[in-house]
Amino acid sequence: MTLKERIGAANQEALRRIVAANPVLVDVAPAAEVIPGMRERLILHSGPPVSWERMCGAQRGAAIGMCLFEGWAKDALEAERMLAAGAVALEPNHHHQTVGPMAGTITSNMWVWVVENKAFGNRAFCRQVEALQQFGDYSQNALSLLEKWRDVWGPALRAAVRKMGGVPLKPLVARALQMGDEMHNRVVASSSLFANAVGPVLVDCGRPKEQVVDTLYYVGNHPFLFLGLSMAAAKSAMDPVRDIEASTVVTAMARNGTEFGIQVSGLGTEWFTAPSPRVEGLFLPGWKDEDAGRDMGDSAITECVGWGGFVIGGAPGILTFTGGTAAQALAFSRDMYAISVGKSPDYLVPALDFQGAPVGIDIRKVVQTNIVPVIDTAIAHKEPGHSIIGGGIVRPPVECFARALARFGEKYRE
Amino acid sequence: MSIKLEDLVRGDLAPVFVNVGVRDFGESMRDAGYEVVFVDWSPPAGGDPRLAALLDDLL
Amino acid sequence: MLVAQRTASEPGIRDASAVMATDANRKALAAIGYGDAGRDQDFAAAGPNDLVLAIEGEAAAVDSVIARADSYFARGSGPVAGVDAAPEPRSIAQALAARPDCNVAVISVPGEHAAREARAALSAGLHVFIFSSNVSVEDERALKTAARERGLVVMGPDCGTAYLGGAGIGFANAVRRGPIGIVAASGTGMQEFASLVHRAGSGISSGIGTGSRDLTDAIGGLSTMAGLDALEADPSTKVIALVSKPAGIATTVALAKRLSRCAKPVIPCLLGAESGDADALRPVFSIDEAVCAALRAAGANEPGFLQFDEHRMRERAASEIERMHPRQRYVRGLFAGGTLCYQAQAIFRRSGLTVYSNSPLHGMRELPDPRVSQNSAFVDLGAETFVQGRPHPMIDATERRTRFGHEGSDPSVAVILLDFILGAIASTDPVGDLLDRIREIRDAARASGRHLCVAASVCGTDDDRQSLQRQVRALEDAGVLVFASSAQAAIFCREAALLLARRGQVA
Repeated sequence: MTLKERIGAANQEALRRIVAANPVLVDVAPAAEVIPGMRERLILHSGPPVSWERMCGAQRGAAIGMCLFEGWAKDALEAERMLAAGAVALEPNHHHQTVGPMAGTITSNMWVWVVENKAFGNRAFCRQVEALQQFGDYSQNALSLLEKWRDVWGPALRAAVRKMGGVPLKPLVARALQMGDEMHNRVVASSSLFANAVGPVLVDCGRPKEQVVDTLYYVGNHPFLFLGLSMAAAKSAMDPVRDIEASTVVTAMARNGTEFGIQVSGLGTEWFTAPSPRVEGLFLPGWKDEDAGRDMGDSAITECVGWGGFVIGGAPGILTFTGGTAAQALAFSRDMYAISVGKSPDYLVPALDFQGAPVGIDIRKVVQTNIVPVIDTAIAHKEPGHSIIGGGIVRPPVECFARALARFGEKYRE
Repeated sequence: MSIKLEDLVRGDLAPVFVNVGVRDFGESMRDAGYEVVFVDWSPPAGGDPRLAALLDDLL
Repeated sequence: MLVAQRTASEPGIRDASAVMATDANRKALAAIGYGDAGRDQDFAAAGPNDLVLAIEGEAAAVDSVIARADSYFARGSGPVAGVDAAPEPRSIAQALAARPDCNVAVISVPGEHAAREARAALSAGLHVFIFSSNVSVEDERALKTAARERGLVVMGPDCGTAYLGGAGIGFANAVRRGPIGIVAASGTGMQEFASLVHRAGSGISSGIGTGSRDLTDAIGGLSTMAGLDALEADPSTKVIALVSKPAGIATTVALAKRLSRCAKPVIPCLLGAESGDADALRPVFSIDEAVCAALRAAGANEPGFLQFDEHRMRERAASEIERMHPRQRYVRGLFAGGTLCYQAQAIFRRSGLTVYSNSPLHGMRELPDPRVSQNSAFVDLGAETFVQGRPHPMIDATERRTRFGHEGSDPSVAVILLDFILGAIASTDPVGDLLDRIREIRDAARASGRHLCVAASVCGTDDDRQSLQRQVRALEDAGVLVFASSAQAAIFCREAALLLARRGQVA
């Protein structure tokens, strides 16, 4: 077999595995209980590895929030000193089968979604999605949401999910895509479908009425609820795609606000990084481009499985959030086919003539065409202490893919 | 199924052009009334010859 | 947020927000300075289902926005947030996805990338026209072999012109359809042939370009054969002209075999062939001769303008030389058309004259520096050394104007020979681009006691947008001697060169 043929076959295997994924929400649990390698005085974060010194403002704010949430520090100043002194370890979510939105910080007592890919038996974890702490806001207001997850919503959902014997996510995603969701920044439909599914079971799961009502209200009124689930589902789909010999398929795209990093199937756990790009976007009242931090979050895992920017042509509703015209959105989707291995047989997008969504980012095609994946994303402030300030479109730096391709050449070419 | 050169030469079948490169070519044919698809071409691998050569082996 | 951005980008507006009047948003607006908007009664009464547009800026700008508030909510205001408008396809593959009926790829990317694009085009079932040069021999052979396997043709590399059933590709002149088919190595050879055929009242069926190396033994004439096959099978084609440089030894044999079984007469014109080279093919000597032979074979009359009296040419040359200073003795040709430069050299060589050139014919001498002429010289200004990173002389006259100035101020120069190429993509006024320079230099020469003779030909037709008639007249009005074809202009220069040599100076 020539190298080209080997790569082709390896990529087809990668595609097969992505498409075969069967993500099921099996539990909701504290991180310490379920995340491999979770331990005290450890903060997991989004993106490739980064030191406190190089960490961006918003992620620092989120880390400070975690120290306060866990009670390691009594105020922000003490938290900052601890972190600067290296008293708390910082590791990427991705090294622990986990993903997190925006700053993506997770510690022992954070409750996480537990998604199992029934096709391969592996699990993936994602924390809740909210508009405050994950953007760097460490005020009590922000932390109270994390506390509610720990004390009210998480345990209630755990009871409901266990009672249901798990919630298959693939059917929900398929229906939501037809309804205009793209599974990254527009998840209204999937969130509603999920709320509908768990609602009756929540009522009947044996928790106190107040807790049930609070949780019903929460799941029924959270437009970004399902993002945590789609991220965990995507992560659970991509992890079995790691370490396929000679495959050029991207297994992770992740940002920490300082750097953008990718991992490639045939290149193991090596990160290929470049400075994190700016997001081209729209801003909430009072905020401008100068206030923005750089691209951040593990949520680009959704693009790896062909959601988000890859189906934006089918989700024009997202454009009021990110800017752009419907024609541009369609053009983005068309460009994504040019850099993908194949198409999903399951997720058909109406606005793209019911074509299967493009699946499997091939670093060869990215470098050849100079088309980088399209990611739609929220925008954080560059300083700690703020919540969400806007949303838009971001394109990864092509250097990540070029460096990965060069390494691939070193490793596999005679 | 590609069209035979004979058919294009005979002139019954109008050529439909893809212009790859300098726009003047495509524009002159379009001005003459022929259908032209313009490719917004850029060198592979952003012009990096090392990567372009690597791609010739990999893709 | 979209509406806010549109509003905020108006001149005189410092800040803008468009939000629903929920409690949370009211607080947010107050926090950024709209606190006293509570005095606005409408705002006070607004509820969570009402949209608020909050603007801060210069009074006049704010009033203007308010007056046109509805317009900011209108759809289709174009791209925002730095996102590009829907782009064109970025590759041949994408182009085909959009238009699966594409059948010819026209490639003019830099040479080092041309083969790759051509491969992609052939794999997709397209015929290929490659204008790009600097494609390797190996790549050319591989492409043409792959093309043959698929029943496709590669026209090029280094091919400037083609005609597919009436559709002109590249630097093509406006010529009528007719019974004469062409297979030609490169652009200006086909252009000159086609234009002369049109001017003679006949027309072209199709013209297949093959690129300048096709008939070398390394390539073996693959595209030439494909072109001959297609033209032979074409009912409208009655005769085929083959305009090229001499073929390799093995290819000459193969070509002769192919021509001998061709159902239609083929007129080979192998510019630069020396006697004995290609006897098996019985080629004609010049493009003009090929035109006359083709017209005859098609049953048409030989046009008057292609006939000339050699004696009259000589007299004309003599009368020009009489007016010259004794120091003037050289002929300098500045060509936009590479094939025409080549043909002119062949015409000189046949009469025993030697010239320098940057693309020398066998037996001619290479200019040590292409930018500096010596003795009599014919310069191909379309050669790589001149067009690297610069526009072709058919499009842009800058290089030729400069060079004309050098040649014309050189007291040893007697005659300057120019070609002007009309047609698609070429300059809208090739003669005009050079005329003031010609006048200026000739006037300066006259002032220093030299009569500078400028001879020219114009390749094109009256139907070209530049208009052959107008271009010729403009030249004649400026005192340029215009000849009916490039070959005739070269023959005039040859007569001048022979006379200058006889005058006792070395030509």
